[in-house]
Amino acid sequence: MDLELSDEQRMLVEQVRRFVRQEIDPLEADMDPDASELAAEEHERLVGMTTGMGLYQMDVPEEFGGAGLDVMTRTLLAMEMSQHRAGLYTPCYGTFGSMGLAQLYDANDDQKERYLYPTLRGEKRGFFGLTEPSGGSDPARAIQTRAVQDGDDWVINGQKIFISGADRADFGLVFARTSPDKGRAGVTCFIIDTDMPGFHVRRIVHTLRSTHYATELQFEDLRVPAENILGKVDGGFSIANERLTRNRIPYAAACLGVAMRAQDMAIEYVKIRETFGDLLATRQTVQNMLIDNEMDIRTARWLTLAAAHKADQGEPFRTEAAMAKIAATEAGGRVVDRAMQIHGGYGVTKEFPFERWFREMRIRRIGEGPNEVQRLIIARDLIGGSFH
Amino acid sequence: MAIRLEKAWRPLTDEVVKGLAAQLGVYQISNNKEEIVYIGYAGGRSLWGLRGALQDKLAELGEGYQFRIEVNQQYLSRWEELLKVHKGDHDALPPGNKDHRPRRVGQLSLG
Repeated sequence: MDLELSDEQRMLVEQVRRFVRQEIDPLEADMDPDASELAAEEHERLVGMTTGMGLYQMDVPEEFGGAGLDVMTRTLLAMEMSQHRAGLYTPCYGTFGSMGLAQLYDANDDQKERYLYPTLRGEKRGFFGLTEPSGGSDPARAIQTRAVQDGDDWVINGQKIFISGADRADFGLVFARTSPDKGRAGVTCFIIDTDMPGFHVRRIVHTLRSTHYATELQFEDLRVPAENILGKVDGGFSIANERLTRNRIPYAAACLGVAMRAQDMAIEYVKIRETFGDLLATRQTVQNMLIDNEMDIRTARWLTLAAAHKADQGEPFRTEAAMAKIAATEAGGRVVDRAMQIHGGYGVTKEFPFERWFREMRIRRIGEGPNEVQRLIIARDLIGGSFH
Repeated sequence: MAIRLEKAWRPLTDEVVKGLAAQLGVYQISNNKEEIVYIGYAGGRSLWGLRGALQDKLAELGEGYQFRIEVNQQYLSRWEELLKVHKGDHDALPPGNKDHRPRRVGQLSLG
């Protein structure tokens, strides 16, 4: 794998880095430290800038009006876009556009008209409804939400939990069991409208994150027309699995971006902070923390870019994506923790971003498939077969 | 934690408010009929937490109102939850929040 950046990649990385430092950082200085949304006029102004840079909707394929970047370039940019306080979960506050629900790129024409295009135009919002109280890492077994055919409709009953954005969404992708005895081959993906009778947002699930909370959903005889099936009946598992695997690369990259920024801040700080008459930079204990940070970052970055490279080659990248996810989320946690320690008391205040990164980074070891499950995936690929 | 904030109302006066700690959290303000007129939060940038936020509201509204608080580090998600609950109960946001939010409040099925 060649890790030499092309001139275009280098230029894009510098452009996004400048955008974060010059446009996002100053806004955050006045925002609530847990905020995840810009004022509408600021958002519009910055979208104008990213559009001018040719980077708006960078995750969207060219055929749908996006920037059409390869995974490697997109990963490099993700590492830049997350380098601010809210960057882990809302990189640049969405001013580079949102990928929407990538599964809709494979929807039929009617579904694209009703859901994909309005989402890309910012007129509709969707959610991804997979995880259930019985679990999220093993959709083949954990999905107990049932959909039963009734004439031209399907009737859905069940529950979902830890679903982001469902309370504000116009529609959602809901995975339900349509063939009880078929395991992973018995799950179907339905597009449901949130104003359909029987759709309930039962509660907000409060977590370490103060914004971008999760919700618990309940479906009570939710009647969905057959035309709202995404893909084929019993074909939902591959839709879910594809998304989960692909998402692990940008997910890892965002963790790395935060780690890189935390390390930059720690390095700046040790050069100006004195203790016992000398700079922190002269203390070997502190130097070792910075060295460990750097090794953590470089190791995880290599694995993440290797996964992106394989994805770009069209080769299977499940193992590589799992390794990137483990390495970046665990390294990110360690780096933020050390940077916080270097900053002492200031490190835990809300004046600095470390406390938010610390809370949110902890979630990353669980989100998008817990790291233990990622290890299981790698073991399966190494040893072969399916085992428990 | 109950989904609704159900603590007893206390008079929104300088004397009562100055006794509050400067913690982060959410609060509600009601008129003398116990109708909620505003739901707010004291976030990480507030100088004096809930005490400061309520002192500001007292200066803005004057006396004749009541308040109740909940100390909460997850003040933003709790604030949004209280707005949703109010909207679910009354089909509208409190008068003081009507022009306040940049984004949609969202739905919550109560009951």
